[in-house]
This record gives sequence, C-alpha cells and structure tokens, in this order.
Amino acid sequence: MAQRKVLGYRRENGRVGVRNHVIILPVDDISNAACEAVGNNIKGTLALPHAYGRLQFGEDLELHFRTMIGTGSNPNVAAVIVIGIEAGWTKRIVDGIAKTGKPVAGFSIEGKGDIRTIADASYKAKEFVQWASELQRTECDLHELYISVKCGESDTTTGLASCPTVGNVIDKHCAMGGTASFGETSELTGAEHIVAAKAADEQVRKDFFAAFEDYTKLVFDQKKNDLSESQPTKGNIAGGLTTIEEKALGNVEKLGKKTKFVGCLPPAVAPTKPGLWFMDTSSAAAEAVTLWAASGAVIHLFPTGQGNVIGNPIEPVIKLSGNPKTVATMSEHIDVDVSKILQGEMTIDEAGDALLDMVVRTANGRLTAAEALGHREFVMTKLYRSA
Amino acid sequence: MIHFLVHDPEDNVGVAVVDLEPGIDCTGRILSDNSSLKAKSEEAIPLGHKLALKDFAVGDVVTKYACPIGTIVQPVKAGHHVHTHNLKTTRWA
Repeated sequence: MAQRKVLGYRRENGRVGVRNHVIILPVDDISNAACEAVGNNIKGTLALPHAYGRLQFGEDLELHFRTMIGTGSNPNVAAVIVIGIEAGWTKRIVDGIAKTGKPVAGFSIEGKGDIRTIADASYKAKEFVQWASELQRTECDLHELYISVKCGESDTTTGLASCPTVGNVIDKHCAMGGTASFGETSELTGAEHIVAAKAADEQVRKDFFAAFEDYTKLVFDQKKNDLSESQPTKGNIAGGLTTIEEKALGNVEKLGKKTKFVGCLPPAVAPTKPGLWFMDTSSAAAEAVTLWAASGAVIHLFPTGQGNVIGNPIEPVIKLSGNPKTVATMSEHIDVDVSKILQGEMTIDEAGDALLDMVVRTANGRLTAAEALGHREFVMTKLYRSA
Repeated sequence: MIHFLVHDPEDNVGVAVVDLEPGIDCTGRILSDNSSLKAKSEEAIPLGHKLALKDFAVGDVVTKYACPIGTIVQPVKAGHHVHTHNLKTTRWA
C-alpha cells in the first residue's frame, strides 16, 4: 500500500510535528506570571503555566524535569523560552531541550525581578516567533506521526464504538510502521490479562505487570471505599458503566485486534522505536495527555461517551464519540461521529478509515474542536508531597 | 431497529442502544458472531445502560465482553436494569 502523506514540520532532529508553537515554559509555579506576561507581549507565542516545580525531590523531581524538557522537545514546538526563578534548574531544562537542535533560551528572575526578565525574554520570544512563522510545512509520511490514545468520560458506547474505532486506527498505523502509545494503568483493572496477552515478548509482559501491580498497590493503600464515583466517574455511571472492570474492558478495545505492544515506558519517556507502547499514566485525561505530549506524541485520539471536553496546548486532541445523544448535544466538541456503529449502519473498519482521514486533516493543519474552543489543559503529574 | 447489543455469546447482559420503555419486545445483536436475539424490557433502561438477559441471585457474576465485570448484590430479574444499585466491582471491593 502506498504511504499516505501529510504536510508536517520536520524539525532539526528529523522528527515530524503538526503544529508550530513557540512556547513560554515556566520552570516553576512562581515563574508563571512572567511567562504569561511574555505570552501577552508577543503574539503567536503560548505560555504554559502550571502548579509545580519547587522543592520536589527524587522520582517526582525527575518526572518534573522530564515533563518540562519533553514538552519543549515535542516536534509540535518550534522554539522555546524557559523562565525560572533561579538560573540552575532553568539551565538544566534549556540544555535538555537544546539537544533537539531547536532554538531555546532561558531567563531567570532572581537578581533582576519580573519586569526586566519579561523585557529580556520578550525580545527573544519576538525573534523566535518571527523565525518560526517563516517555517514551511513539507511532505512527510503519515507513519512518521507518533500518536497517543486515551478515552474519557466513557460510557458503554465507548467500548461498543469509539474505542474499537481507535483500535482499528492503531492496527493500521502500526502496520504502516507508525508509533503509538496507550496507558491509563489503573483503568486496565479487570482487563489486564487482555493487555498482557498483547505483549510482544515475556520481558514486555513482566514490565507491564510490574507497572500495573505498582498502581494497584497505590489504589489499595489509599482507597477508603470501592472508588465508586471517582473510578468509574459519576459521568461514566450516568452513561451506564457500573464497575472498573467493565470500564477497563471497553478501554482496551483501543489497543486494536492485531497489534502487539513492544515496550513499557515510564511517564513522559519517549518511545525508542516504532510500534505500540504502554506508558504508565494516570487515567485523568489532562494529566495523561500532558505526559504523552512530553514523550513526543504529536496527535492524540480521544474517544468519549458522555462528552469529556479536554484539549492540550501543544498536542491536538481529536475527539470521537459513538453516543448519538452526545454527538447531538455536544456537537461542537466532537471531531468524528461514529454513532452509526450502534445501529450497524457503519462498520468499525469504515469508522477507522474516517478517523484516519481526520488524523491526516489534523496533521495538515485543521484545528481540532478542542483547539478551536481554546482547550489548553496542561497538567503536571505530581507523584507525592514536596519536601 | 436494534434495541440492544451484546459483545459476546457468553455475556449475560446486553447494552441498550436506544432508550428502552418498559414492556418492549427488543431485538438484540451479538457483535462477535452477528447473530440476533430477543429480550423483553421490564423497566425503563436508558441508552447505554445494561439489560439483564437472565435472572441473577446475590453473588452471581455478571459477564460482558466474555469477562467478569462484577458481582450481583441485589437480585435482578431478566429484562431489568443492571447498574450500581445491584452490581458492584469485584476487584476493588
């Protein structure tokens, strides 16, 4: 089969992006104000405020740096301004992003104050955004796109229609030599045997179970009841899902029928070869998509039943739904309607082709519903309390 | 019109794909082999919610996708609504 082409941005390190953002990245919570001021000064840039970055330690601090560096390194990002309260951690993030070869500059606030920092960073941001605005899209292979998948506000139609549609795209994309990732560790409970059977080899299976059992232990250490209304959520329950097992069995329909997964990734770590990868993530939508964006994913496929509205600032989120009520009442949020599957008027394969067409259109520049509506949820995963 | 879908012949619940009124003679379709089956709704079951395809006693396991999805905690008659009022997680109990 001839490779389908998309018009993307080929970055300095050869990776293909589908957006051309210049981001203003705060190292820590107290640098948000300066970043937002720069974002305000220089049109076409995007500040990414977040809640953390101070007094974290151990694995939690490593994840913070990985998420920051990974976000800046994502091929959907053309150039990066980093602002932190002090110079040391700011430089660590600048140096990490600089390995991609893209333009990046760091600024620190101590000894200068917000106003001078904002002025210095704004001059550089203006230079970056004008440079980025002249970059052209070029023809790239569809399989060069790294795609992440996760559903949200699921209901029983997700397992019947929208998740199998994503699974169909995963099968097609990975067969073409593409890279993809799924996760939602706790939300595999009751379907972990199905996931394990899709591991490419015994080591991958063992790595998956290690991550799964670690998350299960967290749930049992912290839970005060059966988690009803948190997992499944109240929205899931309104949509007819009753238990975590039922939700998980619908969730794993996203993995496809034929594809084996080739490895397990800690959160916000980039895949090292093509194929489908498991990433150990929360099942909360904004947290999980932020981790995938930090691992380099450039398009996210998001099945929803009851109508989760999530977006991400740098990774376009394509939403599909198989619930005819949601498609009617929340049409502005849905990019691909697969509700005809329920009455047998559309096959999963036809739905997969429609979704793949939307992947190509999105890669070529079509704004997703979430992008048009301004959904830019950037949510860092915090593993435990700060020191 | 299809009133409900069943993932696998082993399943003992179906999923309403239209809002079901009580007393409807419903047509269902089993996705894995594309066969048809009939059931009668005994109460209102909204789109997306589960319809019991047999009588359940307390302690029975509900099967969907040919896998266990939880344990029955209140008796349920065939044609009735299976949800949080009569079915609970087994794994996170």
